[in-house]
Amino acid sequence: MCLAVPGKVMEIEERDGTRMATVDFGGVVKEVCLEYVPDLVVGDYAIVHVGFALQRLDEESARRTLELFEELGLLQEEFGDPWEAAAAEEAMQAQEARK
Amino acid sequence: MKYLDEFQNPELARRLLGEIRATVTRPWALMEVCGGQTHTIIRHGIDQLLPEEVELIHGPGCPVCVTPLAVIDQALEIAARPEVIFCSFGDMLRVPGTDRDLFRVRGEGGDVRVVYSPLDALKIAQQNPHREVVFFGIGFETTAPPNAMTVYQARKLGIGNFSMLVSHVRVPPAIEAIMTSSSCRVQGFLAAGHVCSVMGTDEYPALADRFRVPIVVTGFEPLDILEGIRRTVRQLERGEHTVDNAYPRAVRPDGNPAARAMLADVFEVTDRSWRGIGTIPASGWRLSDRYRDHDAEHRFSVGGITTREPAACRSGEVLQGLIKPHECEAFGTTCTPRTPLGATMVSSEGACAAYYLYRRLGSTPIPLEATPVV
Repeated sequence: MCLAVPGKVMEIEERDGTRMATVDFGGVVKEVCLEYVPDLVVGDYAIVHVGFALQRLDEESARRTLELFEELGLLQEEFGDPWEAAAAEEAMQAQEARK
Repeated sequence: MKYLDEFQNPELARRLLGEIRATVTRPWALMEVCGGQTHTIIRHGIDQLLPEEVELIHGPGCPVCVTPLAVIDQALEIAARPEVIFCSFGDMLRVPGTDRDLFRVRGEGGDVRVVYSPLDALKIAQQNPHREVVFFGIGFETTAPPNAMTVYQARKLGIGNFSMLVSHVRVPPAIEAIMTSSSCRVQGFLAAGHVCSVMGTDEYPALADRFRVPIVVTGFEPLDILEGIRRTVRQLERGEHTVDNAYPRAVRPDGNPAARAMLADVFEVTDRSWRGIGTIPASGWRLSDRYRDHDAEHRFSVGGITTREPAACRSGEVLQGLIKPHECEAFGTTCTPRTPLGATMVSSEGACAAYYLYRRLGSTPIPLEATPVV
């Protein structure tokens, strides 16, 4: 119940004075209240919980976060201690072998 | 969002794991506050991939699990009344009260209905003007704004046959209770991202400072969890204790101001009892006096209920991170998702249910490569 999930706004309409949207959650379509994020437009993504959009999902932030992850690995490869990296790799393989 | 599925990218997960390994030099115990995070961790075996110095402790962030027995019993009593249509989210149906659950009440003739949204319950009230429609309003700061909006609309539209049984809880006082417990082992928090998408991060710096504990706002995808861990471990290794937002794509510093304004209008802070934990001061919300007409507890006079917890259930210790689910003697024997003793085994976000689903049945964690995209 507590899990809020991302969805894509497909259509928007006023209903009984309330801003409502049809939102697509990867194939499952639900009615969602937009009163808390009224500036959402068709095509936007939002975090939705129990029929309410609670926050816009910011694609630019998502991209920046992923770039950071990419960069972390590259920096580690570039400047990290090769012995440490080799030991970490070995530990990972040993752990996977135990599974 | 085209970037969304990349938050489960195994190659990037390996990089983050490598970074965590390269950073950690001694043991640290981190608590993930939200049950949704617990499920991601167990489902993908993230706890098993981490270096052994990093221990994850599961927190109390499952609303179904912490709703007190007395409130469940109140719900059962109201739902059994012939004039009532009782509406609830589906995961509350099997939560055991003292001697039955909502499924049993429905089997005995109670009109219990599952809704997806509290607004659905309001619609049922409009369609059934001669019945009393009661919605079971539980949950953390993520669920409270939708429930607040529904009560607000009921009053605005003059829907007099709609009321809500409210038992909302707040995360920051729970963090304070955990940190002041004499048995506390937690050294860093992965804060619940969706709670912060509503509330922002204003409430956390005072806690981080007072308890000298890093608090990192964390999302729910595997990479979000790993990044939350990476940042928390980095702070711990450096002797820092700040609030850090590792989930900026959904969390702004001030959260959602419209939702916060509605919360302040409809609810007021109150002491709350947490199932298995006990009363935590100022840890919940109740309807403010202005909305008393829509308060089911008041309307149906269901105070003064006596309750009885099953002695074998150790969910309170699980919720405080004192034991792991499988360390409870009843786990997987007398307590299973089909025959739950406590709410942590019932709820889809409960730590016991996560352990049972992904470990007890002998399944290996779902590899990152095979995860479905939400």
